[in-house]
Amino acid sequence: MNVTIRVRRQDPESESAAPFWQDYPLEIEDNATVLDALIKIREDIDGTLSLRCSCRSSICGSCAMRINGQAGLACKTQAAASLKAGDIIEVEPAGNMPVIKDLVVNFDLFWNKIMEVEPYLQPQGPEPEQEYVVSNESMLHLSGVTACIMCGACVSDCTVMEVDPSFLGPAALAKAYRFTADPRDGDDAGVSKERLEQLNGPSGMWDCTRCLECVQACPKGVAPMERIMAMRDQAIAAGLRNTNGARHTEAFAESVEQTGSLDELTLVPKSLGMTNVSGLLSYAPVAIQALTHGKMPPLIHKKIEGVENVRRLFEKVDETER
Amino acid sequence: MLEHDVLVIGAGLAGMRAAIAARANGASTAIISKVHPVRSHSNAAQGGINAALTDRGDDWEDHAYDTVKGSDFLGDQDAIEVMCRSAGRALIDMEHFGVTFNRDDEGYLGTRAFGGQRRARTFFVGDFTGQALLHVMFEQLIKSGVRRYEEWFVTSLIIEDGQVCGVMALEIRTGQVYAIRAKTVIFCTGGLGRVFEPSTNALIVTGDGMALAYNAGAQLMDMEMVQYHPTTLAGSGVLISEAARGEGAYLLDKNGERFMQRYAPNMMELASRDVVSRAEQTEINAGNGINGCVMLDCRHLGESLIMEKLSQIREIGIDLAGADMIREPIPIRPGMHYMMGGIKTDVDGLTNLPRVYAAGECACVSVHGGNRLGANSLLDTIVFGERSGNHAAEAARSVDYVEFNVEQAVRKEERRIQELLDRPVNGDRIASIRLGMGESMNRNLAVFRNQEGMEESLGDLEQLQERYKTAPVENKGKIFNTDLVFALELGFMLDCAPPIVVSAIDRKDSRGAQARTDYPDRDDENWMKHLVVSKGETGPEISYSPVSITRWTPEERKY
Repeated sequence: MNVTIRVRRQDPESESAAPFWQDYPLEIEDNATVLDALIKIREDIDGTLSLRCSCRSSICGSCAMRINGQAGLACKTQAAASLKAGDIIEVEPAGNMPVIKDLVVNFDLFWNKIMEVEPYLQPQGPEPEQEYVVSNESMLHLSGVTACIMCGACVSDCTVMEVDPSFLGPAALAKAYRFTADPRDGDDAGVSKERLEQLNGPSGMWDCTRCLECVQACPKGVAPMERIMAMRDQAIAAGLRNTNGARHTEAFAESVEQTGSLDELTLVPKSLGMTNVSGLLSYAPVAIQALTHGKMPPLIHKKIEGVENVRRLFEKVDETER
Repeated sequence: MLEHDVLVIGAGLAGMRAAIAARANGASTAIISKVHPVRSHSNAAQGGINAALTDRGDDWEDHAYDTVKGSDFLGDQDAIEVMCRSAGRALIDMEHFGVTFNRDDEGYLGTRAFGGQRRARTFFVGDFTGQALLHVMFEQLIKSGVRRYEEWFVTSLIIEDGQVCGVMALEIRTGQVYAIRAKTVIFCTGGLGRVFEPSTNALIVTGDGMALAYNAGAQLMDMEMVQYHPTTLAGSGVLISEAARGEGAYLLDKNGERFMQRYAPNMMELASRDVVSRAEQTEINAGNGINGCVMLDCRHLGESLIMEKLSQIREIGIDLAGADMIREPIPIRPGMHYMMGGIKTDVDGLTNLPRVYAAGECACVSVHGGNRLGANSLLDTIVFGERSGNHAAEAARSVDYVEFNVEQAVRKEERRIQELLDRPVNGDRIASIRLGMGESMNRNLAVFRNQEGMEESLGDLEQLQERYKTAPVENKGKIFNTDLVFALELGFMLDCAPPIVVSAIDRKDSRGAQARTDYPDRDDENWMKHLVVSKGETGPEISYSPVSITRWTPEERKY
């Protein structure tokens, strides 16, 4: 199979040090992965091309990069399934991390965020003589998260980190969830309240906008966003309600439960906190814009017809959760 | 000046375990690795870790006997005893560190069956046990306060008056060369899989530590013992875990026959790896395979078991061979997988060089002898990693740093690297030399071997070494020059390969992984001994070392 691998390259030691595209036409096996093609380039065509790779079987996490615009592992991506018009495959370094050279990015920021969540088990009680006795289900659930190989694909494509580099991000939050959901971590009941308190703060679990990019990018099915959502539930269940996010969640649910639809007008003050004057004032320009564009929600929020059916739904959900 | 009581080279499971232990003993400790620790090849261990837990009726002696028998009686029984006695504690430590081991219905650690063992004593996390352990070990490393040199490549050892006193290392990100002084050094650099092509091993597994130690005068042992794993995927040669057979998968020939019944009627697919690989190769050679492979059939295990316990290898089959094991058998064949041999150590990890230790795959204690049992490698890394860390820290207490001229050492290494970079283009390529080596080794030092073939490889290696002396490095830059790293790695691999071939030629019997068509029988009278290789003036020199036999008398092996 003949393909052209179009690589986004950058050499900090060159005169301009600016990124540029380079095309490598080559012949590869029909079942080759994108990594096979890159290795062939590096070995037979151009030894100056730098990339990280090692295991070739989606377990070491070295070869995350953007392939045709989306982050993934080169060793897990079939070349034949990635051909764009002209039999071209576009390969770029992972996003949201500075490029060191070619496809090699600087992971310092990635690891610093992992460090921030104190990534090691912290049981509060005494250690048992033998193993902790915990359910297989709880371990299988956690293994879905510990399957994370720290490749950085989720961080590469995280839309929040793109605009707010202080956000802990999907990898670190999934790592944190790996502990908050571990029955061995935290107090006797397995509640990791101190961790949750920390993750509840700015740049933490409430800053995810649920864009799903990390779920798409993750090559190991870790689904970081879903872990972040589960962690929010843990935080609220642990009594950590004093955040915009938690208040927003509760106000949202309350409005729908009581009226059958969302009361957008009261959602803002309820989320920010009724006494949060400066916070509320910061929304004044948005309110004025909405008003002048005819987008102001009605002052009096009416219940929908058949709201009792909605309430029954809520009761059903409550029952199953119990 | 960068200096540490204990410097661990390599940050896989053995290395991190050693560093954590050394630090816990109060030694100032650093760990240096050419890749980030979680990228290490310990990741690739899929199936599990063996331990005999007494609270469920198992005992270490059973585990030890299975290991001794698996080694074809070449393993040192005193060392095997140390490993198997320590296994329970090592396993529970890992659980306490946070590994998410699968459980049984009551919530206790669950087990699966594994090859060459009469009892299910393999503890596991799905089919990614190595990765699960490696990441948890990294968590503990973070907690421990060990200094980490990540993506630093050790290019040579500093030796003063015959004494190893530090390393020279290249910081890959900047291209800067540094000297790091150390009172004790622990090699935990893993195997040498890339000496063979294909291999299940990751691209980073290039025998760096074995070569560095060997060149510095360390003895290598059991180097002829190269494990071919029975189930590597057609094409890419990537590993498909023994866990598949542990959970009950069949091996089938082209007629759908479970041919293992003719080779190991009791253990069938779960005979030891050398036995299964030989059976497969025999069938393939007799024309009973399909395109050079036999088939691994998991269909009868059912979707739910496969999804719970074998999901990652299923993905690999789909990604790399286009075959879903839930629905169809997948093509597999024996492939180079593991090095039983390595740097000769005692049970505390000490080599024949003072203050130099080794643990994990790069070491040879020897607990694996002629053939390693599946799920004993993770155990080996943790038990002997910890022991070497403890002992190196203790040894560091009573010695001082050896003085040397740091600037001179740095300049000398910079010059050596610059000379490599300055080589003129001559049409040759580093990758083509490696491929030549890998294919020659895989042709002649694989499942079956003979004198003629091995001599051919020895000749090939000589020629390749000549070519290597002038092979150019294309990338001349400093920053993240992976081309330069490959060139240096190839040098290490070319140092490791001849001891393998020379040992295999010297051993005139068949035992464990060494199956010679010209000497097909095990000859205990003459060859129940370890082959030890030292670097001589003109090449590898062989001597012999007795096998430690404590309580299990060698007998014919049947599965």
